[in-house]
Amino acid sequence: MRLTLHIWRQKSPTDKGRMVPYTLDSVSGHMSFLEMLDVLNEQLIGKGEEPVAFDHDCREGICGSCGFVINGVAHGPRRGTTVCQLHMREFEDNAELYLEPWRAAAFPVIKDLVVNRSAFDRIIASGGYISVPTGSAPDGNAIPVPKQDSDMAMAAATCIGCGACVAACPNASASLFTSAKISHLGLLPQGQPERHSRAVRMVAQAKDEGFGNCTNIGECEAVCPKGIQIENIARMNRDFIAGAAAYREAQAEAGAG
Amino acid sequence: MSSSASTLARAARLYEAPVGKKAVMAISGVILFGFVLGHMLGNLQIFLPPGIDGKFPIDAYGEALRHNQPLLYGTRVVLLIAVIAHIISAIQLATLKIAARPVAYARYTPIASSYASRTMYWSGPILAAFIVYHLLHFTTGTVHPSFRDLHVHDNVIAGFSVWYVSAFYILAMVLLCLHLYHGIWSMTQSVGFSHPTYTPKIKLGAKAFAIVIAAGNISIPLSVLFGVVK
Ligand code: HEM
Ligand code: FES
Repeated sequence: MRLTLHIWRQKSPTDKGRMVPYTLDSVSGHMSFLEMLDVLNEQLIGKGEEPVAFDHDCREGICGSCGFVINGVAHGPRRGTTVCQLHMREFEDNAELYLEPWRAAAFPVIKDLVVNRSAFDRIIASGGYISVPTGSAPDGNAIPVPKQDSDMAMAAATCIGCGACVAACPNASASLFTSAKISHLGLLPQGQPERHSRAVRMVAQAKDEGFGNCTNIGECEAVCPKGIQIENIARMNRDFIAGAAAYREAQAEAGAG
Repeated sequence: MSSSASTLARAARLYEAPVGKKAVMAISGVILFGFVLGHMLGNLQIFLPPGIDGKFPIDAYGEALRHNQPLLYGTRVVLLIAVIAHIISAIQLATLKIAARPVAYARYTPIASSYASRTMYWSGPILAAFIVYHLLHFTTGTVHPSFRDLHVHDNVIAGFSVWYVSAFYILAMVLLCLHLYHGIWSMTQSVGFSHPTYTPKIKLGAKAFAIVIAAGNISIPLSVLFGVVK
């Protein structure tokens, strides 16, 4: 098949960037989207041009490295799929495709389709942890966990942090990501000690990073390759409101577990 | 040193975050929603025939409200506070939204969201303009052609007999329908409620309320224009 690609080319974080058209022949339907870009890049290198930069690592949909917007949809037309797992048979012959990086102030473009997602790391660092006693490994089933809580926590924990939720959100909000991280810890007994302070800290960090606010639009859960649901955002809101409303200053220097 | 943060500090901490601002939008929104529902029911009295004394029920209703000062001013104060809180948080959240995506997509294709949800920042401000006009039209009479205080029935008939005034009211009600279509369920999510059993039902109820409120209000200018009420 033959494709017309309009790709966002941006040399550096300070470059203005623009859409550049390319045509590519003899694309096989069995190629993944990234393999198709590999072929394009081979041709560009052959012509002495700069190849298109894009993020990738596992190419099996589990690491969260890849991702860009194809014709206005994060990760492209197939639901529950990252671009590395998207195959060219999803597209028609002679298709015209627009490829753009995740667009958000908090995700500055490094080059072409590669954005800097360190903001996500800082959100995790602000509260995505639990306190555990060090020493010997605890008994496997020492702490009972209700089945429905472990199901919901595991579902939230499938988030690979790709950033598609931010890209798809008209507000460039990181609520789906942040709430998934808050939920997978906050639903389990081990996550209870920091449950409310975690929500308060991570929500505050997301705002400081420059992500927008959630307006319950729902585009995020539609593009999420892992099917994370916006029910998590309600849980984040609940934990945040409870945490902020019941906030107390520490009363003693020591005493935390 | 106080052992716990003051209430004011806690409120500030809550409001500082977008989640807190959304909670304020939700609480002010539910107050406004309750009001528009009651207001629509009050308005529908225009369809009741005059009593034996020749007085229109809606005129009697207007007088009853006017003479119940605590209710009237209590409601006005609560609504004013709600509207101000709703608008201030809307402006602050809109500012955040604009700053969060400085470079727009060349192509953006929504795949799951409703038109109503994506246009909240349009339907809201236009409604605000409508509310100002509506107050100047039927409350103070400033922009009404033949306003007479407490002659509600006559004021409504004369007001809606001007076709473009009716058209603006109908447009505003369509926007209110859109605003509530998303807003009524959205506020439950904003304050932290979501459940796979109840949330789909809440969404359905939101749509029903939005349509009933808009349709109920739209029936009035239409009935005046087509001579159903005189
Ligand atoms: C008749 C008056 C109004 C009613 C009944 C109403 C109702 C609501 C409700 C129930 C919500 C949902 C709150 C949430 O998602 O947490 C909402 C959200 C919102 N309202 Fe209003 N509103 C009214 C007027 C306005 C006005 C005048 C503005 C303009 C400044 C406005 C702007 C907004 C915005 C921007 C949102 C947030 C949208 C979102 O987060 O999805 N509203 N409104
Ligand atoms: S490259 Fe790892 S998820 Fe796509």
